[in-house]
Amino acid sequence: MPTLQEIAWKTDGPDIRFVSGHRMCSGCGIGAIVKTVLAASDKPVVVVNATGCLEVVTTTYPFTSWNTPWMHLTFENAASVASGIEAAYKALKRSGKITDDVNILAIGGDGGTYDIGFQALSGALERRHKFMYLVYDNEAYMNTGDQRSGATPFGANTTTVPVGKVSFGKPQWRKNLVEIAAAHRIPYVAQTAAHSIMDLYKKAQKGFNADGPAVLAVLQPCTTNWAFDPSLTMQYSKLAVETNFWPLYEVENGVVHINVKPSNRKPIEEFLKGQTRFRHLFKPENAHVIVEMQKMIDDEWARLLKIEESGIQF
Amino acid sequence: MSERKNWQEVELGAQLPAATSLGYKTGGWRVLRPIFDPSACTHCMICVTYCPDMAIPVAKSEQGVAGKGGRVYKGVVRLATNLDYCKGCGICAHECPSKAITMMREEEAEQASCKL
Repeated sequence: MPTLQEIAWKTDGPDIRFVSGHRMCSGCGIGAIVKTVLAASDKPVVVVNATGCLEVVTTTYPFTSWNTPWMHLTFENAASVASGIEAAYKALKRSGKITDDVNILAIGGDGGTYDIGFQALSGALERRHKFMYLVYDNEAYMNTGDQRSGATPFGANTTTVPVGKVSFGKPQWRKNLVEIAAAHRIPYVAQTAAHSIMDLYKKAQKGFNADGPAVLAVLQPCTTNWAFDPSLTMQYSKLAVETNFWPLYEVENGVVHINVKPSNRKPIEEFLKGQTRFRHLFKPENAHVIVEMQKMIDDEWARLLKIEESGIQF
Repeated sequence: MSERKNWQEVELGAQLPAATSLGYKTGGWRVLRPIFDPSACTHCMICVTYCPDMAIPVAKSEQGVAGKGGRVYKGVVRLATNLDYCKGCGICAHECPSKAITMMREEEAEQASCKL
C-alpha cells in the first residue's frame, strides 16, 4: 500500500493528470477526488465525463484542466460512450493498431448517475464492459442551483422540494446506488468519501484492476449549496462517515466488507448542524424528522453489519 | 442544403490541447491567503492531497528540508503555496495537524509582505 507521500507525488508531482486553473468553487472537493482517482491508475486513462459541475468547470472553452484524453458527453450517456470506447479499444488491440494498455474512466455527478444516466449505466454494467464509473455525489443538481436528485437525503431543503408550512424538505430516502450496482453482479463496487484519500486511492486502484466493470461512489460535500464555510469540506465528509450517514464499504466479487466502523457513532445532528439545507430541521415542529432520520440511519447500518457478518454474496 | 458528407469527412468537434487551464490564474478569487510556516511542517502531505486546486507543489528532496522540531524531512516535501492558483478556501489550514498554515486576509498579507 502506498504512503500518502507517494500518493501526493502522483497527484501533484510532475506526472499530474489534472491541472490547476479549473473554476470549481473555492473549497470544492471534486478536485481532490478526481486527481486521486486519476493518480491511482498505473496505465494511461481515457476519461469520459457526463455533464455536471466537473465538466462545466474544467472545460470552459478554450481552457481545459485535463492532461489526459477526455471527452464531454450529454448527461445521460457517459456509460454508453465508455462502453463504445472499450469496444473500439478491444477491436483496435485485436487488429494490432494499439499496443498500449489503457484504463477507461467514466465520471458523472449524482444527477447524471442516479437519475439521468442510470439506464445507460445499468446497460453498461450488464454488458460487462471493462471500465470504472466514478460518481461524485454532492446530493442534488448543484451545478444548476440545487434541484432534488435521487441522491438527495431525507429532510433536505432544495429548490424543487422547498421547505414551507406543510413540507419539511425531501420526504423520501435516497436510493442506494452501491447496492443497485452490486445487484448487477459486477466484480467491484465501493462507497467512499472525499476526506478519505487513502481509502479512495485504494478503492480506485481496485476498481481499475477489476476484471470487468467497477463503480465507485464518492461523497462530495458541496460548499455552495449545502452552504458551509469552504474550509470545512473535508470536515463534513468526515462527519458523514462518523455518523454512519455515509458508510465506507465495498462489495468485492459479491462479498461485503465495511472499511470503517466508527467506535462511537456520533448523533446525526452533528452532521446536520451548520448546513443551510438542514437548518429547518432544528425548529421544534420538525424534531420528529431528525428522530426519523436517525432511526433510518441506524436501521441501514444494522442491516449493513448483518449483511457483512452473514457473508452472503450479493 | 449543403452537400452530404460521409463519416470520414465530418469535422471533429471542438478539440483542445491538454492542460490549457494553467493559463487561467484563479488566484485572483482569493480573499484569505494561506501563510505557511515551514518550521512547523512535518510534510505529512495531508494539505497537498486535500488541495482541490493542486496549488501546493511538491518536490523530491534527497538532502531534506528543515521542518517541525528542527527535524530534517527527506523524500517528498511540500513547497510554498502557489498563489497563482490558490483560491483561499482554507481546507489546508483547517486540516493541518501541526497548525503550520494560518489564513490571513489578503490585504493584510499584502501589507505585511510590503513592510518586509
